[in-house]
Amino acid sequence: MLDVNTAAPDFRLNATPDQKFSLSELKGKNVILTFYPADWSPVCGDQMSLYNEMLHYFNKYNADILGISVDGKWCHAAFREARKLHFTLLADFEPKGAVSKLYGVYDEKKGQSERALFVLDAEGIIRWNYLSPVGINPGADGILDALEMISSKK
Amino acid sequence: MAKLKPPVSEQDHMKGDPRAHVILVEYGDFQCPHCGAAYPIVKQIVKDYKEKMAFVFRHFPLAEAHPFAQAAAVASEAAANQGKFWQMHALIFENQHLLGLEMLLQLAESLKLDMKTFEHDFRDPKMFKKVEDQFESGIMSGVNGTPSFYINGIKYDDSYDYDSLTQAIDKAISKNAASKTKA
Repeated sequence: MLDVNTAAPDFRLNATPDQKFSLSELKGKNVILTFYPADWSPVCGDQMSLYNEMLHYFNKYNADILGISVDGKWCHAAFREARKLHFTLLADFEPKGAVSKLYGVYDEKKGQSERALFVLDAEGIIRWNYLSPVGINPGADGILDALEMISSKK
Repeated sequence: MAKLKPPVSEQDHMKGDPRAHVILVEYGDFQCPHCGAAYPIVKQIVKDYKEKMAFVFRHFPLAEAHPFAQAAAVASEAAANQGKFWQMHALIFENQHLLGLEMLLQLAESLKLDMKTFEHDFRDPKMFKKVEDQFESGIMSGVNGTPSFYINGIKYDDSYDYDSLTQAIDKAISKNAASKTKA
């Protein structure tokens, strides 16, 4: 996975069926990138739903969150609606997993993204990263600690 | 390893002796079906470990997923103001499938709470803040879904069935007893 203190490479992916979104659009904001294996994980309070409950805590730190998986744009649209998610999910769909590979968090065997977190500062530098065992939801304490560290060093 | 932040204090709702060998903390959501399933298990454990364990419940309402979770949490805090947190906690979980605003008021009535005070507290932003603060402590403690359990401040990641939980509790008890004899 990409190291801390490297510049996060830009990318452009579908955010909705008819809209593309570039990482560079968030310049000036802290960004949380959360790569995850798949939409529709069956557990109650799964990782994306959990982050959905925490958006205003992220906002306090001037941070936006982007979810990224290899699911297609229509799949993401249905998933967002079903779980009432209020943040952007990006489809790393074609070429499959290209952005996940770019960040070094693609599982070639399973053909899906790993469960990985990156926190970028307002300049787009990776300030914290974390690779979670695929079956374990890492929660958000690491993310908030990283955002706290970024804001305290300003 | 995720740790409980802040540690258990007098601010918490606690069942049992705070000096017990083990303190079990649950971050839960009154509308979460998994928390509902865990409720009778935890109740049994609290009964079986009466002298040895204290139990703490903190709120972690997933308000987007569960529209009544927050209201239920606030209602339990309003009941706590009249000394009936645990009674309310029990009634809500026992009637989880009926959860709604009307139902919360009915539960408060059935507990013979002073309804004027209850309805006031139920709308009091301070009670809401209390729930939010617990939610925030949950995030900082690494809660990754509900229910999340902590045994003596360390996150417990195994399943919440009776055998797994009590095994971990027994281990914490013997560890604690061993360190006390050494000291």
